[in-house]
Amino acid sequence: MSLTAADIKKISHLARLAIDDADIEQYTENLSGILGLVEQMEAADVADIEPMANAQDATQRLRDDVVTETNHREKFQALAPVTEAGLYLVPKVLE
Amino acid sequence: MHNKSLTELAADLRAGAYTSVELTQHFLDRIEKHDGSLNSFITVTADIALAQAAEADAQIAAGTAGPLTGIPMAHKDIFCTDGVKTSCGSKMLDNFISPYDATVVEKLKAAGMPMLGKTNMDEFAMGSSNETSFYGAVKNPWDTDRVPGGSSGGSAAAVAARLAPITTGSDTGGSIRQPASLTGITGIKPTYGRVSRFGMIAYASSLDQGGVFARDAADCALVLSAMSGFDEKDSTSSEEENVDFTSSLDKSLDGLRIGVPKEYFGEGLDEGVSTSIKAALEQYKALGAEIVEIELPNTGLAIPSYYVIAPAECSANLSRMDGVRYGHRCENPVDLEDMYKRSRSEGFGSEVKRRIMVGTYALSAGYYDAYYIKAQKVRRKIKEDFVKAFENVDVIMGPVAPTTAFKVGEKKDDPVSMYLSDIYTLAVNLAGLPAISVPVEPVAGLPVGLQIIGNYFDESRLLNVAHQFQQATDWHKQSPEGFGG
Amino acid sequence: MEWETVIGLEIHAQLSTKSKLFSGSSTAYGSEPNTQANVVDLAMPGVLPVLNTDAVRKAVMFGLAIDAEVPDISVFARKNYFYPDLPQGYQISQFDKPIVGLGHLDIELENGETKRIGVTRAHLEQDAGKSLHEDFAGQTGVDLNRSGTPLLEIVSEPDLSNAKEAVAYMRKIHTLVQFLGICDGNMQEGSFRCDANVSVRPKGQAKLGTRAELKNINSFKFVERGINIEVERQIDLIEAGGTVVQETRLFDPDKDETRSMRSKEEANDYRYFPDPDLLPVAITQELRDSVRAELPELPEIKKQRFIDQFELSEFDAGVLTSSRASSDYFEIVALATGEAKLSANWVNGELASHLNKAELDFADSKVTPEQLTSLIKRITDNTISGSTAKAVFEAIWNGEGDTDQIIEAKGLKKITDTGAIEAIIDGIIEANPGQYEQYRSGKDKLFGFFVGQTMKASKGQADPAEVNRLLKSKLDA
Repeated sequence: MSLTAADIKKISHLARLAIDDADIEQYTENLSGILGLVEQMEAADVADIEPMANAQDATQRLRDDVVTETNHREKFQALAPVTEAGLYLVPKVLE
Repeated sequence: MHNKSLTELAADLRAGAYTSVELTQHFLDRIEKHDGSLNSFITVTADIALAQAAEADAQIAAGTAGPLTGIPMAHKDIFCTDGVKTSCGSKMLDNFISPYDATVVEKLKAAGMPMLGKTNMDEFAMGSSNETSFYGAVKNPWDTDRVPGGSSGGSAAAVAARLAPITTGSDTGGSIRQPASLTGITGIKPTYGRVSRFGMIAYASSLDQGGVFARDAADCALVLSAMSGFDEKDSTSSEEENVDFTSSLDKSLDGLRIGVPKEYFGEGLDEGVSTSIKAALEQYKALGAEIVEIELPNTGLAIPSYYVIAPAECSANLSRMDGVRYGHRCENPVDLEDMYKRSRSEGFGSEVKRRIMVGTYALSAGYYDAYYIKAQKVRRKIKEDFVKAFENVDVIMGPVAPTTAFKVGEKKDDPVSMYLSDIYTLAVNLAGLPAISVPVEPVAGLPVGLQIIGNYFDESRLLNVAHQFQQATDWHKQSPEGFGG
Repeated sequence: MEWETVIGLEIHAQLSTKSKLFSGSSTAYGSEPNTQANVVDLAMPGVLPVLNTDAVRKAVMFGLAIDAEVPDISVFARKNYFYPDLPQGYQISQFDKPIVGLGHLDIELENGETKRIGVTRAHLEQDAGKSLHEDFAGQTGVDLNRSGTPLLEIVSEPDLSNAKEAVAYMRKIHTLVQFLGICDGNMQEGSFRCDANVSVRPKGQAKLGTRAELKNINSFKFVERGINIEVERQIDLIEAGGTVVQETRLFDPDKDETRSMRSKEEANDYRYFPDPDLLPVAITQELRDSVRAELPELPEIKKQRFIDQFELSEFDAGVLTSSRASSDYFEIVALATGEAKLSANWVNGELASHLNKAELDFADSKVTPEQLTSLIKRITDNTISGSTAKAVFEAIWNGEGDTDQIIEAKGLKKITDTGAIEAIIDGIIEANPGQYEQYRSGKDKLFGFFVGQTMKASKGQADPAEVNRLLKSKLDA
């Protein structure tokens, strides 16, 4: 499968990556190559095979409904680029 | 001191031959002296290491020490360490001081092992050469023009160069076994679920597994025993009873059935590597084992399946790197979209971006069934190959990598040829099996690793099989010139 | 042209667990921003989700209550999109294997008929944080306390034909989740909110029209108004030659309009896939059985039982079973007094009006079921009259004490002593000779005058029945 520049733009937007116009060709080529590799799967006969999402065929363990956490806001927010009044700040979100 | 095994170091510490502080300082000095040429560490935590060593000395004096107390180690920079920079090899997390410890970190801390620092790695564990790190490539101590493998290249190089007795690693598609192979040390990737993933920054959650590098299998067994076990913070960690992996190291290999998949000796395998691996198999015969030719017919599908599943999972796993709560944020974003896009584009390197985009594409509307679901079905076929094989054999053996270490820069701009070098390791992650890389006879002065794959939760046997080989050979005792003496 | 409306609701009910869906952080409402967000809720690198048992049990309970299929295996999936109040960059939700499958419930229409509404599915998911758009000079503030709180998203079939039905359905679910104790139903705090998918089509047409989704409506009134306005807008648009576009719209109660949410309009591709951090959830028979054992009596069944067991009217039983607290309150009093009808009158009358005025819930009533029981007992054993009882109730409400203390302290006991009442009557006749004569000469209407005077003289405490009997015998003698 060969991708187009438009595909790269669409994918990079979904992934919130800014790709310079100058680099689009390179990415188009790289990704097309990778997808070419991936398409070797096409020949595989997988009729009646269940998809395998996890390495183990186990089921989920559950946690008791207990509050175990305490407030560490200061420690956590020391890592943040911008905070004010205990809130994380981001450029204005338009509703 | 730096050529001794963990058991010897522990005995020396108890006997008072030297203190943990002295031992730790010795390794810190070696890092200072040698790491300039290797670049195997991102962060060296001398103060923390020495303080922990002093505590360890107190425990040794008080008689409350365990088998690992006072022996220094280093963590791959993928493990979160409370109060210490945890970059995952990325500019994105260059300013990230983890606010918590990974379970593996907590466990080895509790075992009394001073932490020397955090080792270099491919960015977010995506790479097979350690060239994608924001902190620069790691050099192979056997030949500094060559790569140490990846993604745990720093951890492997550090052990090979005797800068740390043991290091932790993580293995999503071969990231422990391949660098162990390329640097001539022993590295084990346990069964998926054996070691907690909590605090190990996720690349591909259903494939990632933490493990350990050491010079030999006995040391691996000792540390793995301390790292493993069910963790209530990781739903995918196994409730399988934890065992002391050192307890069956000495079992005889008489009657051991070794499966050798013919698919692992096909086109693309370097002739010298093939010869070394076959010689190792002969050695096993001499140890009483029986060689059985087996088939893993879907081996060729591992690469395509992996390069859908891993990118798909990583595309979601790395969405949290958005410049809001931690990590890199671009300067003066004009709006929200600009903040996301520039922060992420500046923070991630090109291999990470490629994989995020491949994964995004594979999951997107109209392609999900053809790529993702298909890859998961192929994954099951690959697993079934192994399940069938283990009905008839105890372990499976073959090469770890098709070649010895390649030159820095050789494959850097050709992702597909880089991916092909993972041909023998990926299937093990897809199936979730344990596997170990053990040094065998080098080719042209460069190390070669034998891969031993075990059945689910059969690490004890894996380590036993590796240990018995190492009792009979001394490839694992060789050290790169300039780093041994 | 005649138009037909088709509505489906997606209700988000916040499950009343103590901790979050995948972390041990508290779900308590109203704390300082970001003080209830731990490393998992903040999506720090390396963290992993661990599922809360209680959220699973509550979802299963809902499934059992609406007679839905609860499959053996359900799977969590990641729904991928970027938003500042979504720390992971994906929401952990469920996609093709929800915890609750097809079920149904019945609503009562205004004409008294019932209509069965299909519930397509209900699934567990994480709530997002909150974005605060004011106060930060061109920036948005993000509070992640709510991030990771468990939600049950309940999706109806497009079976609702108008705004009133939508409200009736929403109320029904609202009552049900509170009855089950799985959601506190607090709409102000956002614990219960809904999205409405609204479309119109020419009457008789089989194909559904293009729908618009009204987002995040948090009151019954707004659901009704929002849907009506949206229906009107769509009809006007089509009749003017336009077409409805599939989009997300916001109902603005202040401007009384719905408007497109352009920022969310861009083509979304959520790239759902099974969350590799979470294994499939097994709903075992054992779990189903243990949840079923905890399943409380459902409102409709309770209502019918009240009608059968206590001989209540359909209306009284309906009002009493509109919430679990009111029905529990009633039942305690009715069983303790053995006077179901009288208990229903008091609970639905005096008590309900006091609670209403004070904006209190039954659970927080200032008159306990035990206090009301003793009050009703004093009415039935003839200690006090019904009108006196209201004064006693008021006094209990105001915290002046229990029934008997208040009757004693205020001297409110009924006068039933014949001699005492006769003495009062004699005094009244003596003081009103004119009226007495007129009565004797045939003006029967004056009987009421004598009753009133006697009651007044006894300060309302004379037993009215006794007063009647004695007056009759004296005046007619």
